[in-house]
Amino acid sequence: MSAIFHDSLPDASRRRFIAASGALGAGLLLGVRLGADAATPPAGTAAVRANAWVSIAPDGQVTLICPRNEMGQDVHTSLAVLIAEELGVDPTHVRVEQAPVDPVYVNTLLGAQITGGSTSVRDGWEGLRRAGATARTMLVAAAAAQWGVPAAECRVADGYVLHGERRLGYGALAAAAAKLEVPTDVALKSRAEFTRIGKPLARLDGADKARGRTVFGIDVKLPGMLHAALAQCPVLGGKVASFDAGDVERRPGVRKVVSIGDGVAVVADHWWVARNALADVKIAWDEGAAAKLDSAAIMATLDGAADEAGAVAKRAGDVAAAFAKTAAIEARYTCQMLAHATLEPQNCTARVGRDGVDVWASTQFPQGAQGVAAAAAGVKPDRVRIHAQFIGGGFGRRLDVDYVAQAVAIAKALPDTPVKLIWTREDDTRHDVYRPPSLHLMRGAVADGRIVAFAQKMISPSITNRMFPGVVKDGIDGFMVEGAANLTYAIPNLDLRTVIREIGIKVGYWRSVSNALNAFAIESFVDELAHAAKQDPLVFRLAMLETVPRQRAVIERAARDAGWGKPAPGHALGLAAMECYDTHVALVAEVSGDAARVHVERLCIAVDPGIAVHPDQVVAQMQGGLVSGLVNAVRGKITLKDGRVEQANFNDFTLPRMPEMPAVSVALLEGGDRPGGIGEVGVPLVAPAIANAVFALTGKRIRSLPLADGGIAIG
Amino acid sequence: MTSLRLNGTTVPVDAAPDTPLLWVLRDHLGMTGTKFGCGMALCGACTVHVDGQPIRSCITPLSAVQGKAVTTIEGVGGKVAEAVQAAWDKLQVPQCGYCQSGQVMSATALLARVPRPTDADIDAAMSGNLCRCGTYARIRAAIHDAAATLGGAA
Repeated sequence: MSAIFHDSLPDASRRRFIAASGALGAGLLLGVRLGADAATPPAGTAAVRANAWVSIAPDGQVTLICPRNEMGQDVHTSLAVLIAEELGVDPTHVRVEQAPVDPVYVNTLLGAQITGGSTSVRDGWEGLRRAGATARTMLVAAAAAQWGVPAAECRVADGYVLHGERRLGYGALAAAAAKLEVPTDVALKSRAEFTRIGKPLARLDGADKARGRTVFGIDVKLPGMLHAALAQCPVLGGKVASFDAGDVERRPGVRKVVSIGDGVAVVADHWWVARNALADVKIAWDEGAAAKLDSAAIMATLDGAADEAGAVAKRAGDVAAAFAKTAAIEARYTCQMLAHATLEPQNCTARVGRDGVDVWASTQFPQGAQGVAAAAAGVKPDRVRIHAQFIGGGFGRRLDVDYVAQAVAIAKALPDTPVKLIWTREDDTRHDVYRPPSLHLMRGAVADGRIVAFAQKMISPSITNRMFPGVVKDGIDGFMVEGAANLTYAIPNLDLRTVIREIGIKVGYWRSVSNALNAFAIESFVDELAHAAKQDPLVFRLAMLETVPRQRAVIERAARDAGWGKPAPGHALGLAAMECYDTHVALVAEVSGDAARVHVERLCIAVDPGIAVHPDQVVAQMQGGLVSGLVNAVRGKITLKDGRVEQANFNDFTLPRMPEMPAVSVALLEGGDRPGGIGEVGVPLVAPAIANAVFALTGKRIRSLPLADGGIAIG
Repeated sequence: MTSLRLNGTTVPVDAAPDTPLLWVLRDHLGMTGTKFGCGMALCGACTVHVDGQPIRSCITPLSAVQGKAVTTIEGVGGKVAEAVQAAWDKLQVPQCGYCQSGQVMSATALLARVPRPTDADIDAAMSGNLCRCGTYARIRAAIHDAAATLGGAA
């Protein structure tokens, strides 16, 4: 899915980025900021920007200007490794600085400056290594010129250029190197030559995080900063009709009460004062169109689209003819809405001044943040500086920038004053952009032990329609067909469709997006068909994967690790597998118990991302992704009544805790020649693997998420 | 104006006595290592030590810690905390890191009380600390690792 967002940016930032994209053309460009044109170096240093991604200080300190945002998925370290490998420096000595919003930092896989879609390493794989190699080539050339020797006789090691007994540090060479012409044909190392990529390495941000030193968006401190708490309409999408602040503005510590349309904010010297004062502001709400909406009505809306033809995501053969010949098995699967529940609640600090707008935020979409901040402040995007901070959990929530627009709107009422808006946990749970609910109408037929026809109609609202409307073409939302369009099984007659049906509230990208929705339905239904065909679900799948050896390999490995075919007495195993984000993955869940209560004992995952740039953190992302998968699978759900979200905090939107963690094993295979995505890959298979194991244990097929609502207690 | 015994020193605090300790630390004293997650003692991100015991600072009013010794992630130290943080480094526990201040404070308090915790001890002591990234397996391993360090070769 290349350059999907190019024509679909939020209005406020659209013009600038289309123009920029035109200028840049395809692919990452190097050298656009070299020499005299280099971006302003960090204040107080004389660092030289070798290019947009690498700066080298006089003392040799190498800085990665990181185009992606760190939310736990390890982009700071993984991307630093890519630079360090070619530059010839120790990645543990690379400093990381967050990039500003700039067209040069656009994610080439997404067409905007976005961290999402498990794209960071895939996007940076060529470009960042090339950035490192280009800088190295120029440093070598500078040293060679100084020594009067051929560059080919020089080599690099640990931040030095070497020639015989002589050596020069990168810091001493940087200024001269930056004046040289930028080479356009640098050679990159072969895989066999890697000394940093794929090797053990501590996270660059790990030690600080264990000591409370990391500054997240919520931790930003500025001189004269005020704090804001915001009351939003209890009904999703509702607006302020009127408000009466009474004497609240005269209270000690309170500075201002501000209506911003979708809420009323109290701005105070301290957040706790603001939050408490807010309770005494009387607000009348215009509840809007969603005032009577509830979860049953939302599901009825999806059901109402059952007869629509939809758009084809993937097709082969002729399913109609096949079903005419062989009786179809039918099933109906549903997935629930979910909150992102990032542990750092949404927050943003903004200052609106005569010199422009500054925004400090945890965001996965700095470019979008710039756009909405500009719109809220009434200035052009180039007047907005985004200072992206460490993110205390993203999971897709921080692709939305609603909280940025709010903070800027509040700060606009207090010119030249930084204001930090912090949502409460209740705000965060009740004003999320929820994982869309989905309905999956499945039909399948088996003959001679194999699937002869397989059809899905997936009905769900489109996130992309709201965020990037130009991207949805001919009824296909590229993020809605994830988990279907990338089906790896060879099935002679196949028809996978999607129907976009809006439900009246905002939905958002939730870690692994539709891969989780479609994988639950498809991998559960494949299991149903295996049983209908009287086949072992493992053998049944492998028979459809004769031409996809990497997919076979992860399935066989996960099965072996879990002891497939010989579960312990009273235990049962369930398998699910898929390809997503250019990575192959398989999961076997082991459960115990009975038809009343099931316990998830163990999850064995095998993953093949092609190449693992930072293997330990690939494993970490699998371990963590499985826990996100448990949120989706077991009991997580957001429900609506009268347009209001019924959950509020971690007592009713419950997340997995230490005591309920199953044992986990992770097998890492590297069967490809370039890295695949990692950050979301662990999530989608948990629900179908557990559901399939529950069927194997109890004979009961649960076709609705969360599984705990399916009549069997799971824990 | 009142005062707080914080990380070994006494600091003046100008906050209402019912202000939660969390917000005194973060907003009044600028010590942001202690995190806000839920405001209801449900997630553990705000865990600090009061007289050595782990408590949730988001529901603990300033008035309740008068005369008591408060220790935050910025001030926690000594053999146990150092072993915990070294184990966190060794096993590469943090992902986003937002919960980790609270995890480290809970783990340190556990090991100070139970030098060789069982898995059940760990479950009991750590169940109040959510990790949305799912680092639980590494947290458990790191606590065992720190216990081994503190207990020597046994």
